Amino acid sequence: MSVMVDIRSVHKSFGSLDVLKGIDLEVRTGEVTVVLGPSGSGKSTLLRTINHLEKVDHGAISVDGALIGYRRSGDKLYELPEREVLKQRTRIGFVFQNFHLFPHLTVLENVIEAPVAALKRPRNEAVDSARRLLERVGLADKADTYPRQLSGGQQQRVAIARALALEPKLLLFDEPTSALDPELVGEVLDVIRDLAGQGTTMIVVTHEIAFAREIADTVVFMADGRIVEQGPPGEVLDAPREDRTRAFLSKVL
Amino acid sequence: MSSDTLAKVPAAPRVPERADALTIVPQRRPGQWTAAVVVLVLLGLAVNSVLRNQAFQWNVVADYFTSDSVLRGLWLTLWLTAVVMVLGFALGTLLAAFRLSANPVLKAVSWGYVWLFRSIPVLVQLLLWFNIGALYPQILGVKTVNLLSPVAVAVVGLTLHEAAYAAEVVRGGMLSVDRGQIEAAQALGLSRLRRLRRIVLPQAMRSIVPPAGNMLIGTLKGTSIVSVIAVNDLLFSAQLIYHRTYQVIPLLMVATLWYTVVTSVLGVGQYYVEKHYARGTESAR
Repeated sequence: MSVMVDIRSVHKSFGSLDVLKGIDLEVRTGEVTVVLGPSGSGKSTLLRTINHLEKVDHGAISVDGALIGYRRSGDKLYELPEREVLKQRTRIGFVFQNFHLFPHLTVLENVIEAPVAALKRPRNEAVDSARRLLERVGLADKADTYPRQLSGGQQQRVAIARALALEPKLLLFDEPTSALDPELVGEVLDVIRDLAGQGTTMIVVTHEIAFAREIADTVVFMADGRIVEQGPPGEVLDAPREDRTRAFLSKVL
Repeated sequence: MSSDTLAKVPAAPRVPERADALTIVPQRRPGQWTAAVVVLVLLGLAVNSVLRNQAFQWNVVADYFTSDSVLRGLWLTLWLTAVVMVLGFALGTLLAAFRLSANPVLKAVSWGYVWLFRSIPVLVQLLLWFNIGALYPQILGVKTVNLLSPVAVAVVGLTLHEAAYAAEVVRGGMLSVDRGQIEAAQALGLSRLRRLRRIVLPQAMRSIVPPAGNMLIGTLKGTSIVSVIAVNDLLFSAQLIYHRTYQVIPLLMVATLWYTVVTSVLGVGQYYVEKHYARGTESAR
């Protein structure tokens, strides 16, 4: 299977704080990678570097064969102009912990915004596919409501539809259920599970261990800015090799 | 000690039996009634004195209220206000963008502008612009006096003053938008201009409109200051008439009433503008 995401020796620091201390990771096309780890381990930052929301200090990331945020010439990486970066981002869907729906736009307007503005799709085409996406996440009847009138779980499902509207090759989820009331987590996980079942390439940062076990092809455990251990969920979750992983799992399971 | 006091606390009163048969009587508030009556009486006395005082000369007020020269003055006040608001907010938005940019020079220039033009009283500024010919007798080969008519001085002086305040209002509005909104827009590949126009500004408007409405009303009345450089606005037109007829109070009342009417209309307008930008903010739960 081909490699969708290739992360090579990525370093990132905020001031004197080293958040990523050399990350190497491959994600194959059609696979689901779940990233686990304690808060502050750098997993969200790693996710944000993949669509260049955070710039890396060292190393390189490529998605579907294209270097993200930079152009290589010899042994130098030149940062791309914003226009190019924005184009790359339209191929990568990102779902935020706090949804970040646009509150002044209706659900439908939220979903068609990027296809119309960034991909220059005709509006009526975008509306048609947006309605199909809303149906897929079970919110066909909410197209004309405003985000604040929806529950957290519904808002996150709209956010997923909004990310899917760009028909991305890769979906990134940054703790998609962490801001939700416990009884609303299930409906969002159902949608993500559905996407995983259809062969969407995804990287999911989450604290839901049971969910990770169920959908992940690969589980990555991070701590202190490094990948401690990775492998199939059966190995990493049930028979971890590293003490650090065992200690974390014993606290959350 | 605490055990002592505790011991003296009487046993909690028991909930009376048949509680559903009891009627609740709200607390009486005689003070509220007294205050209301006193205020109403005072208000009545004030209105009575205004209406009965012949010196107001309400008939003269009525005569001049829609006279040509007053209406011409009103028209100048209205368009001057509109021009100053539009230019002031255009320049103010630019200054706010400078201030929020990453470029330290632009930041400093914007900060310096706001500092300077908020420091100079607008009256002093108008007089300075009015006398600019003393500093620069000629600009690009044209006599400054010919270039800057009193009306032009009024537009320039008021706009520069307005922009300093508008910059802060717009900056405050942009800062009020959640950072996550911009990130979400970036993640969706929206261009810088589209992010500003479609995502940031519409949300910023919610915090911009109330102070901008305040500024609009302030500017409307503030334009009366241009009467000192003989610009024919609403106040100056009234003054021209009373300098001739000596009916000072009735003509000031004409100006006062017009300012009140326009302010009220603007207040109604602001209500609808706020309602427009508040869409999507009411939550269902």
